[in-house]
Amino acid sequence: MSSPASTPGGRKRGRNANPPTPNSEDPTSPPSQRRRGQDSSAGDLMPMPTSPATDLLSPAAPQDTSLFSSPRPSGPNEVDISSPLVYGTPSSRVEGTPRSGVRGTPARQRPDLGSVRKAPQVDLHSDQPSADNAVASEPSAGQNLVIWGTDVNVGTCKEKFQRFLQRFIDPTSTEDENAGLDLNEPLYMQKLEEISVVGDPVLNVNCRHVQSFDAELYRQLICYPQEVIPTFDMAVNELFFERFPDSVLEYQIQVRPYNALKTKNMRNLNPEDIDQLITLGGMVIRTSQLIPEMQEAFFQCQVCAFSARVEVDRGRIAEPAVCRNCNNTHSMTLVHNRSVFSDKQMIKIQESPEDMPAGQTPHTTILYAHNDLVDKVQPGDRVNITGIYRAVPMRVHPRQSNVRSVYKTHIDAIHFRKTDEKRLHGLDQDGEQKLFTEDRVQTLKELAAKPDVYERLASALAPSIYEHEDIKKGILLQLFGGTRKDFSQTGRGNFRAEVNILLCGDPGTSKSQLLQYVYNLVPRGQYTSGKGSSAVGLTAYVMKDPETRQLVLQTGALVLSDNGICCIDEFDKMSDNTRSVLHEVMEQQTLSIAKAGIICQLNARTAVLAAANPVESQWNPKKTTIENIQLPHTLLSRFDLIFLMLDPQDEAYDRRLAHHLVSLYYQSEEQMEEEFLDMAVLKDYIAYARTYISPRLSEEASQALIEAYVDMRKIGSGRGMVSAYPRQLESLIRLAEAHAKVRFSEKVETIDVEEAKRLHREALKQSATDPRTGFVDISILTTGMSATARKRKEEVAQALKKLIQAKGKTPAMKYQQLLEDLRGQSETVRTSSCL
Amino acid sequence: MLSTQDWIHAPLGVVEEKFAAAQKGSSPGWEAEVVEFFKEQLKEKSAQSLVPSLNDVPLHYLKPNSLVKFRCFIQDMFDPEFYMGVYETVDGPTDAKMLHCGKYRDVAECGVDFNSKNTVTAERQTFYCVPIPGENLWVKDGYAGSSQARVVASTSYVPSRQKRSYEEDEDMDTQPQKQAHAGLQGPTDLQSNADCKRQETEAPPTQAASASHLDLNFPLPGERGPACLVKVYEDWESFKLNDALEVFGILSVSPALSALAEERDASSSFLDPTEGMETAEEQRVHSPPASLVPRLHVLHAKPLQHNNPLLPHATSDDNGAFLSSTVAEMASVRAELLAYFTHVLLGDGLAAEFLLLHLLSSVYSRRDALPLGKFTLNLSGLPAASYSERLYQILQQLVPCSWYLAMSLQNMNQTRLRPRKDYTANRLVSGSLQLAQNTSLFLDETRLEPGQLDATGVCNVTALGNVITWQKVDYDFNYHQMEFPCNINVLIASEGRSLLPSDCRVHLEAQVTPAHLEEYLSSIQAFPQTSSQLNRFRIYLSVARLLDYSISDQMTKYVEEDFVEMRKDDPQGVSADDLHRMLVVARLLCLSLGQNHLSRDGWLRAKHMEMLRRSRMEQHQTVNGNEP
Repeated sequence: MSSPASTPGGRKRGRNANPPTPNSEDPTSPPSQRRRGQDSSAGDLMPMPTSPATDLLSPAAPQDTSLFSSPRPSGPNEVDISSPLVYGTPSSRVEGTPRSGVRGTPARQRPDLGSVRKAPQVDLHSDQPSADNAVASEPSAGQNLVIWGTDVNVGTCKEKFQRFLQRFIDPTSTEDENAGLDLNEPLYMQKLEEISVVGDPVLNVNCRHVQSFDAELYRQLICYPQEVIPTFDMAVNELFFERFPDSVLEYQIQVRPYNALKTKNMRNLNPEDIDQLITLGGMVIRTSQLIPEMQEAFFQCQVCAFSARVEVDRGRIAEPAVCRNCNNTHSMTLVHNRSVFSDKQMIKIQESPEDMPAGQTPHTTILYAHNDLVDKVQPGDRVNITGIYRAVPMRVHPRQSNVRSVYKTHIDAIHFRKTDEKRLHGLDQDGEQKLFTEDRVQTLKELAAKPDVYERLASALAPSIYEHEDIKKGILLQLFGGTRKDFSQTGRGNFRAEVNILLCGDPGTSKSQLLQYVYNLVPRGQYTSGKGSSAVGLTAYVMKDPETRQLVLQTGALVLSDNGICCIDEFDKMSDNTRSVLHEVMEQQTLSIAKAGIICQLNARTAVLAAANPVESQWNPKKTTIENIQLPHTLLSRFDLIFLMLDPQDEAYDRRLAHHLVSLYYQSEEQMEEEFLDMAVLKDYIAYARTYISPRLSEEASQALIEAYVDMRKIGSGRGMVSAYPRQLESLIRLAEAHAKVRFSEKVETIDVEEAKRLHREALKQSATDPRTGFVDISILTTGMSATARKRKEEVAQALKKLIQAKGKTPAMKYQQLLEDLRGQSETVRTSSCL
Repeated sequence: MLSTQDWIHAPLGVVEEKFAAAQKGSSPGWEAEVVEFFKEQLKEKSAQSLVPSLNDVPLHYLKPNSLVKFRCFIQDMFDPEFYMGVYETVDGPTDAKMLHCGKYRDVAECGVDFNSKNTVTAERQTFYCVPIPGENLWVKDGYAGSSQARVVASTSYVPSRQKRSYEEDEDMDTQPQKQAHAGLQGPTDLQSNADCKRQETEAPPTQAASASHLDLNFPLPGERGPACLVKVYEDWESFKLNDALEVFGILSVSPALSALAEERDASSSFLDPTEGMETAEEQRVHSPPASLVPRLHVLHAKPLQHNNPLLPHATSDDNGAFLSSTVAEMASVRAELLAYFTHVLLGDGLAAEFLLLHLLSSVYSRRDALPLGKFTLNLSGLPAASYSERLYQILQQLVPCSWYLAMSLQNMNQTRLRPRKDYTANRLVSGSLQLAQNTSLFLDETRLEPGQLDATGVCNVTALGNVITWQKVDYDFNYHQMEFPCNINVLIASEGRSLLPSDCRVHLEAQVTPAHLEEYLSSIQAFPQTSSQLNRFRIYLSVARLLDYSISDQMTKYVEEDFVEMRKDDPQGVSADDLHRMLVVARLLCLSLGQNHLSRDGWLRAKHMEMLRRSRMEQHQTVNGNEP
């Protein structure tokens, strides 16, 4: 069995094996019969340990032989430490403070480790007079003692953990908690140092670290958290006070493990997880009032005023029936205000919507937070909690002998980790990081290596929508997004990496369908309709929580789709007021809110995919985009790509369209299945690329971009128009980066730029073509008016001025008359709508 | 038939037997065996009808711990619960230990040894089920009738009008004279008997509900019937919210369950940190008194493909024969039904055709976000307001489940259409759009008057729009929305063009002069319709919906060609949407004729119907001028 790996030579306890219990090889599933958690409520009868026999007897025998052969008996000091009397209740009572090094610091109770503290875990072999004679006769058996019902040897476990603390180094750590720590030094020793400085006696331990360091220790931690964590506590405190003997802490350091890999999803919880350490993700939906929970009851005799303290044991108080002083029966009364209480809070969490299978309602789980974890989370928070899963049988009713054969389950929370907290500050890698299996990554990479991956993905996008290849390509690039660049050092802040797209076109060209598809595809998508949403619904609003009377900031669609895509249908029907909030979001990617005493700036790094209908319900090819959709050009210029979705009206197209639609209606189940798989692959592909790939511009690519931009500027300059602005250059960069992401390439190369150019030109050709001249004129989008239109406007103004001057000094002029005259004067003006 | 009685009256005995056998070490798979046993017993339709149904027998006439069936709709899913699958009891004086099986029970025996190592914890899931919302009277009667005819001899139901305690109930199992009486009842009496029985079924819960202020959370207002906590032991992942099911299970109405809840409040929970934490509301919702909301431990559950009592179950053997016999006469029934609809729709044959197709439509699959097969019909140009109501009453007679929503301002602003999660009580508060699949939703827009829609109203209209276009309802989970797909046939009755989107709009052209309208309307109801004719219609509508359908390659080509031609002729007027619609119409048309593939004839007919409809629309466009 596992001997503690690489024990330092100087140590006394050389090779003491852990007792090989039947389940020690199997870190995940202890037998489900193991029911220590619910052995309460059997009345006042303290249950004798009835069951460990099978667990312990058999391993005990081989154990002993090894012990006998061991030449060195353990020193008295060691035996003392691992004495069950100390370890059994390490944190329960003040007088239980172990060791001298921890001197004055009181141990704080850990209700999070359960009310079963005094369960028969102290029963080591040696203490058991009846059962195992072999061990009982062995006085120096201390080394091989294990906590009852487990295979945890306190001494070994402690030593292992101390070694872990002293040696564990994680050079690749990216957690923000570890910011400022030297990654090449033992991580947790630095944290202890931090504790000595800050004085917050909580040590958070990442279980994954424990696992990588010592898998056996990890298994014990997961399977027997109730026993192992107090042991860890002790180990830490010893180490701490050895190192910082002078530091003063409020109470002893408590170890809070997190990130246990046991369970990620509430739906997977099953009876086997009871009493194990689990980590769950979810959303807080309710928190209760603070509940004072009695830890120690204070009784006083009404006759002689003799007082007695009784510790609460598994939610029960054994009320002393007889006063020990005066021997009166039933004279003891409870004195509430001298009893000891601890804080407790009930929290309900609900499955996160992402984890849920379709068509089912989310599950909820009750959670108890204790002491300083109370009020750590608020309803609506996304959290990862680590705790011990418990099941308690429904209580026997005093007047009833029947029991409901149902257990109540809850989790005693040990550690909270808000997953959405970080999103306010920076990029959330942790919460979003989907775990990809090796196989999956391999398939994705294979797919990426194909030369036509770009076309493939584009055609996998919304297969029910026919054609519009370029639009799909644009949306594909939007899904991937550009690379995030941080220029906050130079004062410009973050650059927008998201690609915004506007689709406009005739009604019934499946714009909405496309939006719906995208919304269903991305994990953090929001879908709103311009008609139905207000500025408030898009941004955020402040409301008073009816229960707490607190002001609460409720976030709207744009904030909710941070790092996702916000699909806005009927963009044109949105009120100007509402649209104005989009200005900030679409360029600065933030949302500023100043209302009801809350002033803040929220991140809204969302890509916007909008769809708009032309004002006249049919697209008028004789008008410009601006005139057709009547959107302010300030907003339009923030879209990287503006596509027109028009009915091409061409026979070949019709034929293909018909084929496509008809096949939609008769395709078999299998084919549908295939398609579905495609969507899953596409999802993963995008998620993978978004998390792991961040392409940078190569030298040639930058040259190509510069050329492209200069070319774009040149086109217009000949005719006195500006055909490109720096914003277009930025768009090009983003698109090129996104295209590189599609190829899983860390470098933006010339082909990416070529495609970006092509797509951009394609979109421009559609949307920024001046219907009067047939030239592409970017100023239609940037200023709302084409250069020719502006020229004409100037001409008219000139002509009008001339006319008025020619009329001489007349006090008033008839408008109609003037118009007539003007018309007569100039032929060109007739068609102009500027008047 | 002694064995039959046994497994119906004391199913737990069967379970125990198997459990005991397993304990002796003979078969480890006893749990599967139990399930298999009941599945086997229930294979026969006759056996199924022997089991009393919670839907039509009042709860207090049912024997506790007996096998019952329940036709229900999953309204909410509670959290899974852990229970003692196997536990050991210690008998006080003798100290004898005994193993018990905790499966299919709520309450354990006395003297449970919690420290026993033999305890096995298992998991089960609880669904909150209500009768299928919007189920029409004829469906209820049909089920009740079919079960009554054969069941009386074996149920504990005795048509005496007194309430009795459960103990008495057991004694009165056999009452020969009453049974004889019931057995002699002819089919004519059946209806009335079922009627009064239903009233009885409904009366006690409602009275009790009003007394205890317990909201049973029915999706539709005015619904009645028992709600039930259904405990599922096997593959509960396969069940979805809003599924319609028929469950066979062991009824548990132990008063201990309710006592537990009631007395909890009385006894101080001060020293009891684990209980008393749930709010009173949650307590009330999750463990309501068993007399109001019985528990049902599922032995066998099957999803209902249709809710038509006149059709055999999809699983039974005679299904195929039944289908082929009905398909054969489908064309003639169709003609009859069409004539009937034409009459009802004031002589408008085209509208009748579309109405018929609409009643057959069903979402048969989804592509991306797009539901295929839905066919929302907007009947515009309806005459007097009372007409739409009458129309609904007629449809009610034909479809198994339906609901009438008068879109009055008040209704739109006040009713809750979308279900909402109530975190205080931890349950899904139902909304009117939480409907089982293939429920007909009749939206009466003629009731709409000018006025202001408030926030709720706007939400409701959006929700209706979503149902129509995407066939989905966004449930409100307070912190987020969750999308649930649905399959609801929406029929909009309006005067002008509806404010809601629709797949197809038909303007009604009444052949009856307004002068005679009143008279005509009153005669609609009296239109001669024998119950056998009605039943034929009902069977027809359900069967046509269940038929398979395919399009051959040849037809695909043909349709493509045709579409291209159409576009050539009228590039502006024909769009992809039109092709979508025509494909759906053609599909429904073929199904309505009992054909399971697209025929050239069907396609041409669909095209022709579309053309007629369009030309009629254009006519009205020019007349009204307010069309888009």
